[in-house]
Amino acid sequence: MPVKQQNGTAIWRRRTTKQSLMHWAMWLIGTAIFVYCWQQISNATTWFFVWDAPRIAGDIWTRATPPRWEYITQLGRPIWDTLNIATLGTIIALFLAVPVAFLAARNTTPSRFFIRPIALLIIVSTRSINSLIWALLLIAIIGPGVFAGVIAIAIRSIGFCAKLLYEAIEEIDAVQVEAITATGASRWQVMAYGIVPQIMPAFAGIAVFRWDINIRESTVLGLVGAGGIGLQLSASLNVLAWPQVSLILLVILAAVVISEWVSAKVRGAII
Amino acid sequence: MSTELEAVLGKQWKRPHFVTNPALRWGLTIGFIAYLIAAYMTIEINWSRVYEGLDRGAQFVLAFMTPDFVSRASDIWSGLLESIIMTVAASVVGILISIPIGLGAARNIAPLPVYMICRGIVAISRALQEIIVAILLVAIFGFGPLAGFLTLSFATIGFLSKLLAEDIESMDRSQAEAVRASGARWMQWINYGVQPQVMPRLVGLSIYRLDINFRESAILGLVGAGGIGATLNTAFDRYEYDTAAAILILIIVIVMALEYISGIVRARVQ
Repeated sequence: MPVKQQNGTAIWRRRTTKQSLMHWAMWLIGTAIFVYCWQQISNATTWFFVWDAPRIAGDIWTRATPPRWEYITQLGRPIWDTLNIATLGTIIALFLAVPVAFLAARNTTPSRFFIRPIALLIIVSTRSINSLIWALLLIAIIGPGVFAGVIAIAIRSIGFCAKLLYEAIEEIDAVQVEAITATGASRWQVMAYGIVPQIMPAFAGIAVFRWDINIRESTVLGLVGAGGIGLQLSASLNVLAWPQVSLILLVILAAVVISEWVSAKVRGAII
Repeated sequence: MSTELEAVLGKQWKRPHFVTNPALRWGLTIGFIAYLIAAYMTIEINWSRVYEGLDRGAQFVLAFMTPDFVSRASDIWSGLLESIIMTVAASVVGILISIPIGLGAARNIAPLPVYMICRGIVAISRALQEIIVAILLVAIFGFGPLAGFLTLSFATIGFLSKLLAEDIESMDRSQAEAVRASGARWMQWINYGVQPQVMPRLVGLSIYRLDINFRESAILGLVGAGGIGATLNTAFDRYEYDTAAAILILIIVIVMALEYISGIVRARVQ
């Protein structure tokens, strides 16, 4: 226990002198980095616009309210597209994520030194790039539209689903697998009767969880041209139709809340 | 022998179904297939366009083999630096703001009115997506990293406050009570009774959020909120796939490095 002697009495302290010096040095470096970052941001900012911001915000608010409610009749199709992008994207991602997860899990991978790193690389690279960037790339390759959105969501979700799934596979009870193996089951039978039943609840949970996230992400994919309600949002923003923008934002908010509610209900029923 | 066992004796074993209620099972299956058909019918896929695109797809994959870091080096570098600066500044500010909000959103610490307000802030921040917030903030504050910085800070608040509040709510009460019984003031109570219990989790979550913020900062440039996204978008628009591949590789490498660091830090603090 770090103790300081003062006038012959011992006073309790939280850290030793060396520890507190280290602590202060770390805080100093951290603060210096933050101040540098802030200066860079501040240099790149036109401060006149920032001082003017409250007026602009008020201006946008008066333009955006009330929302143009009758515009909702034109939003049915985009919402359906958004739902399709999220759902079909999730389904494709799950089909692709299952083999990747089995190849990445330590206890099921065929080769720890060759195949597992490749599977992990697929997981990391698909996960670290945002679906909007995937959409941008796919639009350049296969043209704008809903299909590009579906594929973008699918690719982005592979890493996420495969990561959670392979962690679930690594946590399974080995005894059950051994019992199936002891009956003389083949590799595929072990998988179907020993492993799959154990990870099925986790799989369903992951699917619904990712679907919820994908609904969120697919609402904005249209900003880069990949279909869904984001297309309407970007079109309305481009012509400064603020009443339409506010309505679309409300619809997106409602979609996010509903999907979160559905996903919470389904996951509650499974677990 | 129990009647349950007698009922199944002599019959062949069948795998139990995942959804036990047969009506619900068939309903879900049929509904799902109907949805798939409906979805497939309404999606227009221009297969000839896709077929044409395969060429470009192959080019892009090849570009990943020969990424071009050199010819746009200054653009890539300045964009990346701006992304990192935005990420660091927004994470610091976001964490600093989310600590009091997290305390306020924990039911066992905060009084009801404070709790409601803080939970409201968390809900709003979580419901709005980064990119939409960024669009609005760019419209209000103008182009540049300030809008991106504010967006990421705002998003950090919702994420971190919620998880911090949940951690505080599940903490060990007796430790906090012991500190309070020694006559500690409120600040001392938080500092010595609550903080040591949630600190490891808070550090872990902060680093995880830093990682998320960097990933998000890569797309904010698409709507003019600063960072590497603008450079990436330009590279795609000009079909300079080798530059785009270089940027994507850099993003992946940085994210991997951050994940590695966060793994080490989390292992050390826990």
